[in-house]
Amino acid sequence: MKPSTWCAAIVLAAAAPTVAGQSGALRPPSAFSSIADERERSQALFAEAGKVIQSPRCLNCHPVQRRPTQGDDLHAHMPPMYAGARDHGVPGMPCTTCHGKSNMATLSKGVASIPGNARWALAPSSMAWQGKSLSEICEQIKDRSRNGGHSLAEIHEHMATDPLVAWAWNPGERRVRAPGTQKQLGELVEAWISTGAHCPPK
Amino acid sequence: MTIVKINGRSMRIDGPEDMPLLWAVRDILGMTGTKFGCGIGLCGACTVHIDGVAARSCITPLDAVGGKSITTIEGVGKTPEGAAVQKAWLAAEVPQCGYCQSGQIMSAAALLAANPKPSDSDIDQVMAGNVCRCGTYVRIRKGIKQAARSLGKEKS
Repeated sequence: MKPSTWCAAIVLAAAAPTVAGQSGALRPPSAFSSIADERERSQALFAEAGKVIQSPRCLNCHPVQRRPTQGDDLHAHMPPMYAGARDHGVPGMPCTTCHGKSNMATLSKGVASIPGNARWALAPSSMAWQGKSLSEICEQIKDRSRNGGHSLAEIHEHMATDPLVAWAWNPGERRVRAPGTQKQLGELVEAWISTGAHCPPK
Repeated sequence: MTIVKINGRSMRIDGPEDMPLLWAVRDILGMTGTKFGCGIGLCGACTVHIDGVAARSCITPLDAVGGKSITTIEGVGKTPEGAAVQKAWLAAEVPQCGYCQSGQIMSAAALLAANPKPSDSDIDQVMAGNVCRCGTYVRIRKGIKQAARSLGKEKS
């Protein structure tokens, strides 16, 4: 079976040419020990963790508009997709129509894989990050009225161990991984919390 | 080997676990009603139902469907929604070239199973995942509305 010409046109239009790889490293908490002021050290630790939080692998599913985005440029999701009332798509077309429990390789060079995870979904609107400053995101993450009622310890657990977060470092072919590793992210968030969980200045 | 129930019949599929379900349905089981379009889940031509939910078979590996119940275009007419959609499709003369219509009908039936009274917006949001190069979208929406009305009458 071969795609017809019109389908090839769709593929070309939708293909976001990205180079597989990693978008950078993360500095460990020890790299911030020279900052004497604890508040400033905490802010710097969160800014480092923010390299992951604000990576496309995380932002694409934390949209302000209740529609996911794709790619490193956060372009509109193709096919058009909507969060629905429960952030899992709309009745008749849930996320699972396309996204399975794991990444699925395709035969296409443009869209080389379809991302997948057992918990694939959009973040709730209260956890929308796109277009916000790191300071705003930080306050949002700490705010129990917006973070799903989670404590800082639970926020750390989510960042450090959640398999859905882990997807950011295993995003499938031709998709750039988040910086560093999930373990390093966990260490940075833990250090941020232990230094008072201060947010970067506005 | 993967064992699945397809259109109510238990079947064994001898294929690698990463083989797309579409390949298995068409090339191994010989059920060619489900179409290949883009191979990356963008056009909807390959839509089937897995446990009653619409799924793009071109990006669904066999290891994800073991033990599940799959409905294809060959069997969807046995469901109330599928039968209503097929009848409305004929009445409204929805298809033009027809290539995408298997997927359109599967998505429409899944929509009505999940949302028996869809608004225009509901229809647009779900059916936006199914591309039709003939541009039959207006008739698709008309057909879905007609099927919804006939299903409503059956239930009342």
